[in-house]
Amino acid sequence: MPQAIVNIAYLISATLFIFALKGLSHPRTAVRGNLLGALGMLIAIVVTLMDKAIVSYELIILGLLIGAVVGTISALKVPMTSMPQMVALFNGFGGGASTLVAALAFIEAMELGKVMGTQETVATVASGIIGAVTFWGSLVAFAKLEGLIEERPIRYKGEHFVKVLFLLASIVFGVIFGTEREMNYYWYLTASASVLGVLLTIPIGGADMPVVISLLNSYSGLAACATGFVLNNNVLIISGSLVGASGIILTNLMCKAMNRSLLNVLFGGFGEIVAGADEDKVYGGKIKSATPEEVAMLLENARRVVIVPGYGMAVSQAQFAIRDLMKILESKGIEVEFAIHPVAGRMPGHMNVLLAEANIPYEKLKEMDEINPTFEQTDVSIVIGANDVVNPLARTDSNSPIAGMPILDVDKSKTVVVIKRSLAPGFAGIPNPLFAADNTLMLFGDAKKMVQELINALKES
Amino acid sequence: MDTFISALTIFVLALFVGFEVITKVPPILHTPLMSGSNAISGITIIGSLIAAGAKYTTLASVLGVIAVAFATINVVGGFLVTHRMLEMFQKPKTDRKSEK
Repeated sequence: MPQAIVNIAYLISATLFIFALKGLSHPRTAVRGNLLGALGMLIAIVVTLMDKAIVSYELIILGLLIGAVVGTISALKVPMTSMPQMVALFNGFGGGASTLVAALAFIEAMELGKVMGTQETVATVASGIIGAVTFWGSLVAFAKLEGLIEERPIRYKGEHFVKVLFLLASIVFGVIFGTEREMNYYWYLTASASVLGVLLTIPIGGADMPVVISLLNSYSGLAACATGFVLNNNVLIISGSLVGASGIILTNLMCKAMNRSLLNVLFGGFGEIVAGADEDKVYGGKIKSATPEEVAMLLENARRVVIVPGYGMAVSQAQFAIRDLMKILESKGIEVEFAIHPVAGRMPGHMNVLLAEANIPYEKLKEMDEINPTFEQTDVSIVIGANDVVNPLARTDSNSPIAGMPILDVDKSKTVVVIKRSLAPGFAGIPNPLFAADNTLMLFGDAKKMVQELINALKES
Repeated sequence: MDTFISALTIFVLALFVGFEVITKVPPILHTPLMSGSNAISGITIIGSLIAAGAKYTTLASVLGVIAVAFATINVVGGFLVTHRMLEMFQKPKTDRKSEK
């Protein structure tokens, strides 16, 4: 097949990818968009398979088969609550593939007696470093989210120095690789970049995961992009920069939603257990614990109820029970909406996916800016497994670690019901005065169980 | 140098397209956006296919197979899981009794 036709096919693929992302601007068009993206990928693959450099297909088929089986099974099996770690894992494989492809391009150039130009060499180094960081960083993120390793930040003395050391080592190996044109240095640079990937992710704690996953997402795009510069392949460059842009935008949104800079998230030492926080002063004697029956009575008389889900909902798989609660409230003529904080959960949009899984119409899922002005007209807000994102200290205490973070103003509604297992602090490690507020009732217990008891109480009345 | 400049041009323009398109994605679809864009970054698969099929050296073949497998997991898994999620956002649907 002439190269021109191949390139035109690649252009079509790239265009389809753009349509895929455009489709995601609305839930109605999103499914079609995703299918267009898949079609674009299929076109690119089929055209590539006709390349004349390919002399045998056994190994290709083997690789495709392994990948397709593993990919299909994991994509179909994964429960929606585990979506963050699944995405992290897929992300890592993309990064890993980029690293390997760059290595292969170098081997090819050597075999064919070609000398790689400056652009290709620099891009190979970039692809090696970014890809390896993505791969290992994603694996660590996966392990943290899956609970295989400590989710709290793991920190140690001089960690920044160690990170800089490994970054410099990767770059130095890259420079030697560029001048010596010796394959071994490529492996040295990927090895030190791999350590760097682990070191960069290990110190980051659970609730900061949305930022890290977004960032790794953008890295995987940039790695693909760098590989595009190695191979001088436009579709790789275009797709890579689309994904890179997407990851950067999401990273930025997540940081803004926590009022923290990216540097602070990556290196800031947030989420360490703050010793002896003044819990007694905040909570002492002011906590009002309620029973499901009391809360049900309250709900009976409400006209508007807002439900605020957090990571606790995901942990206890409460989304289906919450759907039933919504149904029963609506059957009594009560308006129900959901307030979604951008960083609720462990990845951007995590809560929305879980609620959609439970068949809750997306019109009811309201963004923070949209729902905040309505809390004053809300009779009951039910906070389920969320903590820091509803902590009024963010507005009032400029010394608090979450100062200035945009929060959901649930405290402005007439009554707040907080379903929570204990008064344990959230990720920020600080007490939440909302729990002690005059208009707050605490419903202590597991999210799913408590919601079910609420439903039962509502049915009986 | 010319190829580099044209590649750079494409890179910069694509970044702008990316920013324009992706800022229009609503927050409720941010998870599918991540998994979907993830699948797209699996486009490195086309680089790995040639490497796996060209039989330069044994090392290259082994790395090639691994690269193809990695990229395919990324592509197939990514698009599939995105599809699964997006279907849930579609209306009208019968009430699934999908407790877990």
